[in-house]
Amino acid sequence: MSRFVLRRLLQSAVVLLGVTLVVFLLLQLVPGDPVRVALGTRFDPQTYEALRTRAGLDRPLVAQYFSYVGRAVTGDLGVSFRSGQPVTRIVLERLPATLSLALTAVLIAVLVAFPLGVLAAVRSGSALDHAARVFSQFGVSVPDFWMGIMGILLFAGVLGWLPPSGYVPLTEDPAGWLAHVLLPAATVGLVTASILTRFIRSSVLEVLSADYVRTAEAKGLRTRVVVLRHVLRNALIPVITVVAVQLASLLGGVIVVEVLFAWPGIGRLTYDAVQARDYPVLQGAVLLVAALFLLMNLLVDILYARLDPRITAR
Amino acid sequence: MTDRPVLAVEELTVTLGTRSGSARAVAGVDWSVHPGRTLALVGESGSGKTMSVLAATGLAPRTARVTGRVRLLGEELTALDPRRRRQLRGRHVGFVFQDPMTSLNPVLTVGRQVTEACEEHLGMSRRQARDRAVELLELVGIPSAARRVDDHPHQFSGGMRQRVVIAMALACDPALLIADEPTTALDVTTQAQIVELVAGLQRRLGTAVVWITHDLGVVAGVADTVAVMYGGRIVEQGPVDAVFAAPGHPYTRALLAARPRPGGAGDDLPAIPGAPPSPLELPAGCAFWPRCPVRGDARCEHELPPLTPVGPDHRVRSFYRTGEDR
Amino acid sequence: MSAARDSQARRALSALRHDPPAVAGAVVLLALVVVGTAGRWLAPAGVNDVDVDQMLHPPSWAHPFGTDELGRDVLSRVLVAARVSLEVGVVSVGIALLVGAGIGLVAGYYRGWVDNVLMRGMDVLFAFPVLLLAVAIVAVLGPGLLTAMIAIGVVYTPIFARVTRAGVLSVREQVFVRAAVSIGASDLRIIRRHVLPNIAAPLIVQTSLSLAFAILSEAALSFLGLGIQPPAPAWGRMLFDGRGFVTEAWWLGFFPGAAIFLTVLAFNLVGDALRDVLDPRQLTLGEASRSTT
Repeated sequence: MSRFVLRRLLQSAVVLLGVTLVVFLLLQLVPGDPVRVALGTRFDPQTYEALRTRAGLDRPLVAQYFSYVGRAVTGDLGVSFRSGQPVTRIVLERLPATLSLALTAVLIAVLVAFPLGVLAAVRSGSALDHAARVFSQFGVSVPDFWMGIMGILLFAGVLGWLPPSGYVPLTEDPAGWLAHVLLPAATVGLVTASILTRFIRSSVLEVLSADYVRTAEAKGLRTRVVVLRHVLRNALIPVITVVAVQLASLLGGVIVVEVLFAWPGIGRLTYDAVQARDYPVLQGAVLLVAALFLLMNLLVDILYARLDPRITAR
Repeated sequence: MTDRPVLAVEELTVTLGTRSGSARAVAGVDWSVHPGRTLALVGESGSGKTMSVLAATGLAPRTARVTGRVRLLGEELTALDPRRRRQLRGRHVGFVFQDPMTSLNPVLTVGRQVTEACEEHLGMSRRQARDRAVELLELVGIPSAARRVDDHPHQFSGGMRQRVVIAMALACDPALLIADEPTTALDVTTQAQIVELVAGLQRRLGTAVVWITHDLGVVAGVADTVAVMYGGRIVEQGPVDAVFAAPGHPYTRALLAARPRPGGAGDDLPAIPGAPPSPLELPAGCAFWPRCPVRGDARCEHELPPLTPVGPDHRVRSFYRTGEDR
Repeated sequence: MSAARDSQARRALSALRHDPPAVAGAVVLLALVVVGTAGRWLAPAGVNDVDVDQMLHPPSWAHPFGTDELGRDVLSRVLVAARVSLEVGVVSVGIALLVGAGIGLVAGYYRGWVDNVLMRGMDVLFAFPVLLLAVAIVAVLGPGLLTAMIAIGVVYTPIFARVTRAGVLSVREQVFVRAAVSIGASDLRIIRRHVLPNIAAPLIVQTSLSLAFAILSEAALSFLGLGIQPPAPAWGRMLFDGRGFVTEAWWLGFFPGAAIFLTVLAFNLVGDALRDVLDPRQLTLGEASRSTT
């Protein structure tokens, strides 16, 4: 068990190092002088020199990379070309908004996909199964921002039930937060649900044909007991992984949906940084998201090992 | 065998709807098994031996259409609603399936699996069920059962797992034990141990056993009566001594000839040339005709031979019998 | 060998013909190709014909999809924009296929440290959410058609590398490949004659599914203003521009999005059908790669 964790930890560390290299190289790929590009018409020699020195751009490339990694380890991701504020703080400030949106979306997705996927598998071939398949095909193919726009049109425009966009912190006004989060979370959640439904259905179907399910049926257990005790436990182990991976990718900020709903999370921050050519903020956001993504995947693998006694034994 | 059979099937037919048409997996089969006795169902895979048992106990796949009569402890199962059938099956029939590596649920402890049926059918509490599980694991010879009852299946070897499965099958004191090739997935020494274990338990508990196998060698040791199946039909059935002494059907003789000799290696000898017929296109006549070494005449090809008596309780489905009964 | 492959292809085609969703998907794709090549002539109006008297008109006989905030004909813009989506999709998946399959081939065929280095590199690319990486690349290289193609191509490269490598590894151990190695056939010959034909099926499936994702990604990029630049029409961009008017002018939000949806759906339907026929075991690699934007 601990050897498995150690190996995965080492693997993730190597990949994370690669991630820092990619993120570092992003800035080098900017055609021309990134600081000059970023400053644009606000150019003045003093700011220019200060930012260049702060970003370490006046040193050789290899030295730059090592100092970048070195500072990143201590939590220093440089300063914004725009505001001069520390990138780490700017990015972390956006985390609660993204977190609350991602978690709500995953909650919606699980609430929809779980019963739908399980029932579709248990009653495979039924009308419900077909409906589930249509739903998942729809969700995998629909652009989420289009669904978001249609949601705004219906719930904010025609019905007037929900605000079309905006954000209220959960800690300040829970009801207001809920009203604002519902549309974007449902938009993201339904797309996620469609992927989950498909996965849960095939996972349950696979377990249903397992020998030990026939054993359980042979014992004369009620169908409900067979499904709940024997099928679901086994079928849901891989599903948990997928849920966690989906959550991980949502934590990376759902750029388009956050832009559409004016939701001030990491995705929106990325977009603003791109518009403003604020490269350190872009780098910081991308690095943080990738690191979170890796961490989540690591946790998922460890969780998976805990859930499946067969892996723990190794 | 004067007493009432534990399980008896008559004219059992199973039709499976597949993508490429309907397949007759079992085509009108009669057999029965009496208390304390062992019936061996023998045949190659696809001969319908397993399907006939699954269908009889209501475990056939959902796509299967089952007709015929099935009586379990005197109750006509086909007339019962699925719920009652399920209860009867769980209470009175125990199953041991072929592969102990896959027939146990990997995420539940063995103790829980062994006696969960007792909670369902005997109204045991969780506590009682656990005690009963320890008792059963001891019964089937698992060392330090009290400690291992909370282990997971992957912590047991193949042979030990099959013992767990047997304990599970016996949990509710069933009147009938169905053993579907219970030794095929095991190594030779373990095979012998499992065969002995089941035989010993049967003597102690008086359980009837249906032993499904492709290996006539096993049959000689454990069975009282034997039914040889081919292409969804019984081609020969009778007391095990009579069938072994004077096999009447060419297929039975070929199986006996293909049996691994004591001391010989291997357990699965394909000594009969050709392959069994597809259940999708069963021939009009004798299903064994294309592979038959006797190959009588056109009648064999076009006409189904009836199951005709050749001795006391001994019947053979063939127009030709070279080895006549005494 | 090639006869066997022909019959496999024929079997695949006949199976597809009996799969109504796949047929529907194929018909939509065909229509898309027609619109993509002839959109400019099919369009009833010029894509940038501004008409201040016709601003935000709802759908009518003159303008079946209505007009936008500058009085431009939405139908014409949707038709012409099809070309951009298809181009970006095809070129970026082409890049991903060539580069990814190349990397996977080399990694799986030679194994050892080459494999290690290449696949760890792919792991690194895999560590970024799809759209985020694409946005970052476009942001750095500057927005536009070409950079969008490159960015999406890079993002989908690791999937092709993994699929290819897995296929190569399984083929490499098969008897006929070992035999070819033992009689001293050159690597190139072995790859061309034995390895490529045997990994074609998963690659075809992955290509068709990736096209769907790539078009979705292109739409997202152009929604963020990082795709083809105005005044050229793009579906995603039309949605972005129309989002402010959507409660008054639903058609601005509806039609471009429906076009994206239909296109992606068509590729998915055909891809799923291909997977069922060609490669039933390849379960969820494609699905897993679709993360939300």
